[in-house]
Amino acid sequence: MNPLLAARAQMEVSLAFHMVFAAIGIGLPLLMVLAEAIGLRTGDPRWIALARRQARVTAVLFAIGAVSGTALSFELGLLWPRFMRLAGPVIGPTFALEGYAFFLEAIFLGLYLYGWERLSPRAHLLAGAGVALTGLASGIFVVAVNAWMQCPPPASLVTLDPWATFRSAPWINMAVHSSLSCYISVGFAVAGAAAWSLLKKRPGDWHRPALSLSLTMASVAAALQLVSGDRIAKMVAVTQPVKLAAMEAHFDTARGAAIALGGLVDQDAGTLRGAITVPKVLSVLAYGDPDATVRGLNDFPRDLWPRVAIVHTAFDVMVGAGTFLVALSAAWWLWRLRTRATPDAPVPPWLLRALVFASPLGFVALEAGWLVTEAGRQPWTIQGVLRTADAATTSPYAVVTFAAFSALYLFLGAVVVGMLRYLARTPVKSAEPHP
Amino acid sequence: MTPALLMAALVALGLCAYGVLAGADFGGGILDALARGPRRDAQRDAIARAMGPVWEANHVWLIFVIVLLFTGFPRAFYALVEALFVPLHLALVGITLRGGAFVFRAYGPPGPTSLRRWGRVFGIASVVTPVLLGMCLGAVSSGRIRVSLDGEHIDGAGAWHSPLALVIGLFALSLCAYLAAVFLTVETDGEVRDDFRRHALEVGTVVVALSAALIPWVFVAAPQLGAGLLSARALPVLLVGALAALASGYGLYRRRFRLARSATVVQVTCLLSGWALASAPYLIYPDVTLAGSAAPDATLTAVLWTVPPGLALLLPSLWWLFRVFKSAP
Repeated sequence: MNPLLAARAQMEVSLAFHMVFAAIGIGLPLLMVLAEAIGLRTGDPRWIALARRQARVTAVLFAIGAVSGTALSFELGLLWPRFMRLAGPVIGPTFALEGYAFFLEAIFLGLYLYGWERLSPRAHLLAGAGVALTGLASGIFVVAVNAWMQCPPPASLVTLDPWATFRSAPWINMAVHSSLSCYISVGFAVAGAAAWSLLKKRPGDWHRPALSLSLTMASVAAALQLVSGDRIAKMVAVTQPVKLAAMEAHFDTARGAAIALGGLVDQDAGTLRGAITVPKVLSVLAYGDPDATVRGLNDFPRDLWPRVAIVHTAFDVMVGAGTFLVALSAAWWLWRLRTRATPDAPVPPWLLRALVFASPLGFVALEAGWLVTEAGRQPWTIQGVLRTADAATTSPYAVVTFAAFSALYLFLGAVVVGMLRYLARTPVKSAEPHP
Repeated sequence: MTPALLMAALVALGLCAYGVLAGADFGGGILDALARGPRRDAQRDAIARAMGPVWEANHVWLIFVIVLLFTGFPRAFYALVEALFVPLHLALVGITLRGGAFVFRAYGPPGPTSLRRWGRVFGIASVVTPVLLGMCLGAVSSGRIRVSLDGEHIDGAGAWHSPLALVIGLFALSLCAYLAAVFLTVETDGEVRDDFRRHALEVGTVVVALSAALIPWVFVAAPQLGAGLLSARALPVLLVGALAALASGYGLYRRRFRLARSATVVQVTCLLSGWALASAPYLIYPDVTLAGSAAPDATLTAVLWTVPPGLALLLPSLWWLFRVFKSAP
């Protein structure tokens, strides 16, 4: 394994790990603060109990997100020193904004987690709203940097425009898409856990409220994501045609191009075999016109191709999981409207089982989506400007640090899973947290 | 002041805030690991109570320092990450395990085995990480990180484990423990407070002893830093720091704990800013200067303009956080 491969692998592991906790840091505080707001408004203690339980989970997961995020801020430089030297002046100011937002998030979270007894209910709720807002803001800032790497405005590295990140074409679309994915993944994960508790008749009266609230958040976000996804596809078609072609494993330029689902990619031969194809759909998705021409990979030099099999598979996984979640949201609302279910009505077991099955799918889609974004940009670190091979560290220790960080995150991930199981079983103590 | 100098001042300020606040946090972990005797659990409880609400915010200062460095001085940052690839990675492992262990211990099963296990991880990571970070600072000052004329080739992967760097690491470790012990005397009372006072006096002695060893050593091993420490820009700051150190010892001795706390903050701030002033105009002696590695003025001013609104949001929030949790116990 050469340093380049090791650096890429370490970055993938670190990002994939951090992404889960970053998404939770954006999505879970919103649920927690909404539950508390409803509880304060209605005086129903179940909602406060729910908020307190979610706060406890947030405390653990946010800490893991904070430390893995700290690690990433170093790893950007450690693993991609030439990228940071070149791009630092352009992306740095945006990272500074992210720094403020994340700082505020940590402050408000400290107030929220430890302030149940020390703050007035209104001040406490305000601190919680601060966590949700600043978490969203810091995510948006980081995505702005990524958007710039996907599509840097021409000459932004010549003029070294310090706010070029916000002038890159994709940033608003990407910020919306990635923020929604956080709400979707957290919403369905929480809904799945609540559904499991209801199925198993676990003690506690907050499971049903948790289910309603999380599914409301997740389904609204999922519906919006359909629109956002469509806009992203049309944007990528223009800004990163190679990536679009790789996502769809679309090798030969065609008018009225068909969409291909699944199939076996042969990168060397430049072919896709055994895929399910639907005529004209790709042209519609990419350009909104069934007869539009979609350029295929074979139109581009081979050294500009990403690993098509990875990008295509990840894209199918993202779309598949996302579609399932949209359908499940629809099923939930159909059931609620058709049976005129009260907020406390028992949910049929088939629906609960489907929700349990779906609980990891939001995160699966989120990870797959970022894989499409990042692997699909290869061989570039900054599209059209800096190749990944020229950005990477040359340190011979990169293989060691890759192995060490993989082991570290594997270990932490396992502990976190055990921790969540433990927290699900145990009641919240009044003086949280016990040291 | 040029934008580059202002930016460097911001980096130094961030470093001071990180040194004082996160230093006390690391120190909390060190004292946790060292807790002995009949009031061991009470000491650990006090440490966890003091750290709980603030530790995450305290560590964000490091992210600020890193962001300001790579934004403002990209060529220096490049040299640093290349030369310090190994110790920075090790410090990251420490930071990650430390944060994880802290919350796992706070929220996890209350059984003695689990508490002990995570407590040990937390303690070890709290000891190792500040040593490594101190060693990195030592490496930067040592003159052993060399940068080729075109800025491409960085030499000095071994700079971080020179004997001088190691002693600076140990010095950082003792300062962290001292900060925490002094801070905790304000946040506890009774016998536990006496314990922390005793710890502070003991660790303070170590700090003094290490300083006594370091000062002559710096003049031998890194003469340019020694000369910088005696320069007109750094010496007054360092003298104020030394006076503050005396005041903090006096405050501890006479049980004027609030005085001791303020004096310790001044002491560490003066030490770190004195070091920064002594190093100027170099970021990495002898090849990288502030002016020579700075980003274009457009970038620097963009970041500098974010500071007033950023602080307008941050400072009141920080004030709220510390007022709620750090006022009288």
